[in-house]
Amino acid sequence: MNRYLAIVPAYNEVGAIAATIAEIRAAAPDFDVLVIDDGSTDDTAAHAHAAGARVVALPFNLGIGAAVQSGYIYAREHGYEVAVQVDGDGQHDPRDIPRLLEALRADPDTHLVTGSRFLGLAEGHRSTRTRRLGIVLFARIVSLLTHQRVTDPTSGFRMTDRRGIELFASNYPTDYPEVEAIVLAHSCALHTRELAVAMRPRTSGRSRISGTVSVYYLVKVLLAVTVSALRAGPVLEPGSLPESVRS
Amino acid sequence: MSIATAMLLLVRTSSTTATLQRIAVIAIAVIVFALVFELVRQRALMERYALLWLFAAVALVVLAIWRGLLTSLAGDLGIYTPANALFAAGFVFVIVLLLHFSLVISRLSEQNKTLAQRLALLDERTERLTEVSAESDVRTSPAAQRTRAAGKR
Repeated sequence: MNRYLAIVPAYNEVGAIAATIAEIRAAAPDFDVLVIDDGSTDDTAAHAHAAGARVVALPFNLGIGAAVQSGYIYAREHGYEVAVQVDGDGQHDPRDIPRLLEALRADPDTHLVTGSRFLGLAEGHRSTRTRRLGIVLFARIVSLLTHQRVTDPTSGFRMTDRRGIELFASNYPTDYPEVEAIVLAHSCALHTRELAVAMRPRTSGRSRISGTVSVYYLVKVLLAVTVSALRAGPVLEPGSLPESVRS
Repeated sequence: MSIATAMLLLVRTSSTTATLQRIAVIAIAVIVFALVFELVRQRALMERYALLWLFAAVALVVLAIWRGLLTSLAGDLGIYTPANALFAAGFVFVIVLLLHFSLVISRLSEQNKTLAQRLALLDERTERLTEVSAESDVRTSPAAQRTRAAGKR
């Protein structure tokens, strides 16, 4: 068993899941691949299993947050040291995983590294104009709350160490979790950083966010981020938290 | 539904004080009481939620029997028509009830999520253990031992 785990949340990704798993295994052989099948109605789980991944199949659709959290619980219980989230739809390039690991290992104070499509490299798929506008808004708010520059708070391409695994296993936001998770990590004194990556257009499935849903998404995330900032009291600088939380 | 009808009857009662109408209100309250009781008996309704409805029914009976209570309460609150006092009280009751249900649903969703995650993780573990034990069964089964013995010979 490896010490590293790749968590791949997938919902009806039968067209892309096998290729994603093969890519991860080729690009990052040190990582065990765990697919969280979020109550798919197609054969995602079977395809993932055949491609050599471990599969945790949720009995019904719980949403991306709960699916990813299942992966972190798995990582906690099996003693993995590092976990990386990779979308099952082919948007994230597994060849970036070793770079993320290097960035995480380079600085012992860094506990979470996010792959950002807006940092540096001006290539790759950057989503539609309106969506980018929303991302910029979130980026501003998250940067304000965390006192550091965050360019891509909606990116689900993330790697974290043992501390992040334990935090997310016990507490991970539900509906649209990425933005909240960054704020949560920061309020628990986990130092985060970003790494420039190129993202690709998805090869299967479709975005969870479109049309009127995007308005709900915007408002819900704004509310959740505000509440979670209030819940943690004043936003703490990394390292200023009591021993009990830092463990 | 029947509570709303009872409320309407009660409103008219307070202005006309017709005995028949007061009897009707009490009858409706009794029906609500009996219905809730029966639902609890059939385990369709939990006691903790039944209490709310029983309380509402009792309140109706009290208002029907105690002549002038509604009028004087409304007067104390500065509400001219007793009907409006009754509607306001009913409205507040429903709002609080809805908030309560939202809380209950939130808690249930959270528990439901945790259960589903646990189930899926246990499922994965069982499957893996079954595979492992199936492999070791093959290795230690008489057939496998025979094959191995044959191989040695």
